[in-house]
Amino acid sequence: MATIELKQVEKKFGESFAVKPLDMTINSGEFIVLLGPSGCGKTTTLRMISGLEAVTSGNILFDGKDVTWLHPSARDIAFVFQFFALYSHLSARENIAFPLQAQGVGRDEIKKRVAEVAHMLKIEHVLNSRPGSLSGGDQQRVALARALVRRPAAFLMDEPLGALDAEFRESMRAEIKRLHIDQNATSVYVTHDQVEAMAMGDRIVVMSNAEVQQAATPMEVYHSPANLFVARFIGSPGMNLIEGKYANGVVQLPGDNRYSVPDSWRNVLSSGLPKDGSVIVGFRPEAVEVRDAGQIHSNTFANDLHGGYTMLHLQLDRDHIVHVRAGREMRYQLNDTVHFDVKPDMVRFFHPETEKALQNGKV
Amino acid sequence: MATQTKSSSPVTPSAPPVPVVNYSTRVDKVGWRPQALSLTRAIAAVIIAIIMLIPVIWMAMTAFKPLKDAVAVPPIVFFTPSMEGFVNLMTQQRQVNGEELTQLRARTDLSWADQVALSQQRAIIGQSQFPRQLFNSLVIAGASTIISVVFAVLAAYAFSRFDIPGKDDLLFFILSQRMLPAVVVTVPIFLMYRQVGLYDTHLGMILLYTSFNLSFAVWLLKGFIDEIPKEYEEAALVDGYTRLQAFRKIVLPQSITGIAATTVFSFIFSWNEFAFALMLTQDKARTAPPSIPLILGSGGIEWSTIAAGSLAFLIPVVIVTFALRKHLLRGVTFGAIRKG
Repeated sequence: MATIELKQVEKKFGESFAVKPLDMTINSGEFIVLLGPSGCGKTTTLRMISGLEAVTSGNILFDGKDVTWLHPSARDIAFVFQFFALYSHLSARENIAFPLQAQGVGRDEIKKRVAEVAHMLKIEHVLNSRPGSLSGGDQQRVALARALVRRPAAFLMDEPLGALDAEFRESMRAEIKRLHIDQNATSVYVTHDQVEAMAMGDRIVVMSNAEVQQAATPMEVYHSPANLFVARFIGSPGMNLIEGKYANGVVQLPGDNRYSVPDSWRNVLSSGLPKDGSVIVGFRPEAVEVRDAGQIHSNTFANDLHGGYTMLHLQLDRDHIVHVRAGREMRYQLNDTVHFDVKPDMVRFFHPETEKALQNGKV
Repeated sequence: MATQTKSSSPVTPSAPPVPVVNYSTRVDKVGWRPQALSLTRAIAAVIIAIIMLIPVIWMAMTAFKPLKDAVAVPPIVFFTPSMEGFVNLMTQQRQVNGEELTQLRARTDLSWADQVALSQQRAIIGQSQFPRQLFNSLVIAGASTIISVVFAVLAAYAFSRFDIPGKDDLLFFILSQRMLPAVVVTVPIFLMYRQVGLYDTHLGMILLYTSFNLSFAVWLLKGFIDEIPKEYEEAALVDGYTRLQAFRKIVLPQSITGIAATTVFSFIFSWNEFAFALMLTQDKARTAPPSIPLILGSGGIEWSTIAAGSLAFLIPVVIVTFALRKHLLRGVTFGAIRKG
């Protein structure tokens, strides 16, 4: 299994950047997810790693060896495409054997390894069918088998679940994750689905506008987003972000609310904000504790029961709504007044101009 | 949309008879109006098909008519088949009269072709030009089709996949080869061919038809290859194949439909081409199309012979089209890539 290093890798199409200079190290055996909205450069990054796309400048290293200008076939990688790219004129078995034939593996060995990988993915019964007659899930399993059969140094996957139905996606997600754990293969996985990224990644690289916004574990990305983009993009709904004015340990929030800042943040806020003290307060829907003695008051705008929990939409004033994840017994009449607090360890602050998160050194 | 109505679909003889049952439950399928409509449509289709086929059928009938039936007014529909047309087409003959005729009639060792000729008071003196012209047609059309399809597949692949400088201009240039009507360019080409010694040669005709077919074939095939997702080859590239191997193993099998269609079109063009063949060939490389109208008997136009020539001329095209018809049906090899 390989360690993949990107050093100042960039890609330009004409004058515009598809990927701005990017540094990244993917450790051997790690499952990295490139996450971002469409057009953010995540797929281009993956294709540069695979060698299907040439870099404009920078270097790509596999295990310390420079492969920047190596042909894709010489990189010992497997690529799983969004639309599977199974050869419709070959049977599933022939599709899986295809990469082995390229390497000149002997007939018996091919047979053995196809059988092995088919057993692992539970697709023995479809081996003789053409891809066109298979279900989406089985097509995907065949595509994965074609990637796995080579035992490559790295797996590159470009939205492999994007073309599947929702119910398949859930189970295939678990299958891919499990495969990764069993094979311990270095994997780079591209997706625009943050749920997928959170569920699968050892580390998530959030990209937007051809740039890396944050590269961290799913926990960090979720709880301590590096900037407003990540805060909004991760989570559904995303982080609650409310503009306020900070002065003397208190943030003035819309709707005539005063939020007293936890002690650990006061020093950071007094020094790190613009002169007028404007700040963006951020907290996840589940960081809210609804209670009568809560210091923030609001009106119930709507509440939806999601089965296991209730999503409350609380109005601070006309333009500011806070999404709150509360217990399923929490039901309110519309326009009821609700008081709440934010758990002190789950509140975050962002600089309104740089859009970057402020750090207090504790989270 | 799968048509549920069985009324218009033919019943294959090998399969057990399919009862004419309407399985559909859709309101717009089961009512008497839609059923009457689909029946009307089927009848209309049959009528149109018959109208389209009348000239072909008439030609086939004429080919088997004796000359006097072929020119009869009003036209005769029921007749005794005769091979006169085909015998006249394939052989050279001379008139025989009087005593010689009686002598020949008395002989018992004549072949059936001789007897057919004799019934028209003629004797066969040798083979005609037509079989050779048909052979010329086959060689020239076949070779130019193969050459143009091979080159066109390679060119179309390059145009489809690579960033070629001046790609659009090149494509337009290729297309422009087809813009002038044959009548306009035959005279200059005739003069040039005379100079370089390509006049009345197989090579000259093959080159000419290839250059005409190539432009059309490149454009047609580019369309087909454009439709093959790039991921197919990329998958092969990361799997360890070279570009050329990927082309051979992936692109060729995937574009077989397009190649078949292009082959048929190219072959039909080369096979049917008349103007150039008339101007640029004489004896050695003369093809069938310009020769058929020149079949003139000694006693007026021999329609049976001309019809026989046309019928013989049709057969190779029909064979080629039938051989490739499976691939001409699109969608056979498509469908494993899901468009999201």
